[in-house]
Order: sequence, then structure tokens, then C-alpha cells
Amino acid sequence: MRFLVLGEFTDTGPREATLELALAAARLAGDPLACAVLHLGETADPGWRLPVPLVTVTHPALARFEAGLFARVLAACVGTLDPDAVLASATTTGRAVLPAAAALLRCGLTADCTDLALDPEAGGLLQIRPAFGGSVVATIASSVRPRMATVRPRSFPCPAGWLATGSVRRLTLPADVFDPRGVVVTQSAACARAEEEVADFAGLETAEVVIAGGRGLRRAAGFDLLRTLAARLGGRVAASRGAVEAGWIGHEHQVGLSGRVVSPRLYVAVGISGAVQHLAGMRTAGTVVAINRDPRAPIMQAADLALVGDAWELVPRILERLERAGRFP
Amino acid sequence: MMRVAVLIKQVPDTDRVRMDETSGTLVRDGAGTVPNLLDLHALSALETWFPDPSALLVTAVSMGPASAETTLREALALGAREAVLLCDRAFAGADTWATAVTLGAALERLGPFDLVLCGEKATDGETGQVGPELAVLLGIPFATRVQEASFGDGRVLVTRQLEDGPEQVELPLPCLLTVTAAVAPLALPTLAGKRTARRAAVTRLDAAALRLDPTTVGLAGSLTRVVGLERPVLRRDTRVFPPGQSAAGVDAFLDACAHLGLIPGPSEEP
Repeated sequence: MRFLVLGEFTDTGPREATLELALAAARLAGDPLACAVLHLGETADPGWRLPVPLVTVTHPALARFEAGLFARVLAACVGTLDPDAVLASATTTGRAVLPAAAALLRCGLTADCTDLALDPEAGGLLQIRPAFGGSVVATIASSVRPRMATVRPRSFPCPAGWLATGSVRRLTLPADVFDPRGVVVTQSAACARAEEEVADFAGLETAEVVIAGGRGLRRAAGFDLLRTLAARLGGRVAASRGAVEAGWIGHEHQVGLSGRVVSPRLYVAVGISGAVQHLAGMRTAGTVVAINRDPRAPIMQAADLALVGDAWELVPRILERLERAGRFP
Repeated sequence: MMRVAVLIKQVPDTDRVRMDETSGTLVRDGAGTVPNLLDLHALSALETWFPDPSALLVTAVSMGPASAETTLREALALGAREAVLLCDRAFAGADTWATAVTLGAALERLGPFDLVLCGEKATDGETGQVGPELAVLLGIPFATRVQEASFGDGRVLVTRQLEDGPEQVELPLPCLLTVTAAVAPLALPTLAGKRTARRAAVTRLDAAALRLDPTTVGLAGSLTRVVGLERPVLRRDTRVFPPGQSAAGVDAFLDACAHLGLIPGPSEEP
């Protein structure tokens, strides 16, 4: 079983979501050489190595991310490398590039998997994902090769220490693959980040800690409390649809079926009742803490710790205790 | 006149589904169906982008059972001029690829369109794959998760939200855009719109009308297949702290943070 992972990178190296996915695929294949990570960019050698092989494609047109172009380049790489399976993180990037690449390759694609496995009989890749708002988990198989899937960040552990011993292979593709077809990226997200302040919902899907608020906060100022708590724990602020519809916070913060799906190590739901459509967006979180005045709210059953009480009383007490606990490290 | 196709999916009403408390599964019976909200946001965005409705000819397209006609009538009430339902037993059980094949055949038959719009994802499948797949099949560029757009000179400049921040992309028309809820508030149907919607005809097209081989659509044409379904066990062992024990609750919260390495631990009461 040979894997190709569409890599996502910062200036200094791979993103955690890429590493955890590549290492999980290598583990599944039982061979660290069986999973290559694809680096698309304008520089021939990124200057760092991975624990698995790196395949680089270099072209000036790849300086800025454009989903259609990246999909055509990925499809061309698949044609050359002939992997058994193609994976990407279920980030905005992965979820835009992979469907287009799958359509070009006429391959099946499973979105937002939370686990991968090998078919014990046929040996193909099985793609495992929550369905119907997380109330069932479906195992999905593709009928054509390569099997393709996007995988939710944090589905696999990201090892803290790894050896950058992987090889680098430069792949040359025909020039016409890089034709942008009239699409121009006038401002990339990375540039925007440098130029303006990072939006406070940036990175919500991959955040380790998410502090979410709902109507139980009673007013917009409740989110100031949550922002302080999020800053203290290195997290991001999210919201239920109720809080978004009340106008207390922007749509981009919404977690749930018509918003974002998050899978942090710690999810704190403050004043959120836990409607089905919200629970679907945070079901795979690690530890869940709910703060709610209503002990019978559905969120309380979906939590590890359920604190019955008012957000305006409990959150300041938590902040005060955190202040005393000191900064980390 | 600009021709726009808006794709609208009929989905279960997630506001009305209940959770079975013992099995943790969704109880869908009697929940009813609604148009996928993000698709309606796409339709609503047209009003913002093109203040003069006479400059547009909007066609709402849905693939689904006969009952999806209700969803298309909602689209007509919100300003769509035409409505087309792709309805055939052969379309049932389609994965995102087979759905894109069917929609692609329909848009080629009904078009050409200058712009194709849909929500970023549907609330039932939650894949967000049909838009990009369809764009590839139509041979047009696309952008996902669009929250702003301005049109001019045969091109559109869109702002889309990435994890790192906003990105701006300029695309030539025709193109396909998938939108988030931030693109425009949901429009409300006017009385005149509702009247028009009641009277308007909804065109129905089946596989034969689209010249689609039934083996290339629906379940038969799908490239992925569900081979197993499991009901996950609600495995959280909830510790409840009633109001009288909130000090212990705050302690437990700090212990959890320390356990996750977010703060120095273990928590100590000074």
C-alpha cells in the first residue's frame, strides 16, 4: 500500500495536520517509505526534511495556493507516482483541492474521515467517517484506484519528536500543467496574515482548545469573557448558531452542521444547550467541559465535566484560578 | 443578461430531529425536510451582488425525490426565475461523484451559465465535494467558501476564508462559487414572490431527458460505497457538579487543563 499525502506547510516546515496524517498512513502501510508527502511550491528545496519521503514540485505559479491549479498538479503527480491512496487534511485547502483532483482522476473521494483502516480481505483503504450528524460512523470503500480521502485534523496523534531522515525527490511535470487558466490569486492568506491582524477565528478547525459560547451568555459581552479564557489557554473562540443569530459574534465562529466541525483536545461549551446540530460539530473533541444553568441540557450528557451554573459566575472564577495557577511553562 | 444556476439540495430539518437518548442516534421520523440553508444564502447573495434583478436569469436546480419540488418553490419565492428538478429513481443513492455527473449533464443541457452557485456544503452529507467536482466536469474554475464577491468585466473577485486568514482570488466567468453563511443574510420571500412561486412551473428532467446512461448515475454510478455502519457508543462518563459543588467543578476543570498540559499542574488550592 503506497500513500501520497498532499502536504500543507508554513515557512518553517510541515503543518501538524500533515505530519500526523503522513505518519498515520506510514503506520498503516507498515513502512515509513510507503508514504510520500507532496510539497507544491516555488522553491526547489524547502530546506527541511520529514520523517517520510518528500516529493517536491516546483514552479513560479505555485507560489500562491489556487485550488484548481493545485488539483491539476496533484492529478499529474498521481499519474506519475501511481499511489494506491491519496490523502489530504480536511482543511479548507484539502477540501477544495481533493474533490477537484478526484474528478480529474475519476476517482471516488470520502470527505472528512476520522479514521483509516486496511480492508482485511481486499487490502484496499477503508475510509471511516461520521455520518448523519455523527450519530453513525460509516465505513466507506472506493471502487477505483487510487482511493482518496480527506482526514479531519487531530484524528491521529502528532508525535512530539520525529527524525527528519526522509529523502527528497524532485518531480518534473509538463509545463502546461501549470497554466493558471485565467485565475489570479491577488492576495494569499499568508500575505493577509502578515498585513493585517489574524482573524480570531483563524485556525478554529485545527485549534487545540476551543471555547464556545451560546445564548446562555445572555449578551455579546459574554464573548469577551470567553476570549480572555481562550487567550489564557491558547485556544480559539467559537459559538453556537443561537449566539451567531443573536448577532453577538460572526458566522465564521459557528460550530455545527451549518458551520464548522472542530476536533480540539479541549472543548468548553459555555451557555450552549447542545442541539443536535451543534453536537455534530464537536463530537470528536477530546475532553468536553459544559457550563450551563440547566442540568438537563443535552450538552451536559455530551460532556466529561458538567458544571451547573451561570457563565457570568463560573467563568470569572475559572479565570481567577488560572491567574493563580501561573503561566505555562 | 447574466445566466446563473443555483444548486439547492433538500435536506432533513436538523432543527427538528431529536436524539434518541439511549442509542445516541438521530430520530429523523417526522422531522420533515427543508432547503439546505447555505444554498439559500447563495441565492440571497445574488440580491446583494446584482441590485437590478432584470440583469439576471436565475435557474434553481435540485436533484432529489418528487418532494424536493417544495424546496424549489422556496427558491422561486426568493427570486429564482426558473426551477428544474432532476428526478429519477436511477439518481437515488448517488455519492458526490454521481451527483456531480447528473448536475453536470443538467447544467450543460440547460445552459450555458455565466455563474454556478451553491452552499459550501449540505447539512446532511457535509462533504462540500459536489461543487469542486462539478466545476471540473464543466471545465470551469471554482472557489470554495466564498464570503464576498464583486463582478465586473467578465471576471469576479472573491474573498474566501482560509484557516490562516482571508484570501482574494480573481476568476474569469463562467465559474462556480460555493459560499458560507457570511456571504449574505437570508432573504425573506416577498408576497409577490410567494404568489409567483405557487403559480410557476417546476420543470422535471429524468435520466433519459439528460441522455444519461442509468449505470453512470445514482448508486450504480457511484465510485464510493458504504460497506459498514456502526452506532458509536456515547462513551463520555459525565461528572456533574451541581451549583453547591461549583468549587469542586472549577478544580476539576483546572485539573483537566493541567492534565492536557495547558497549565502547570496539578492544581493546588493555596
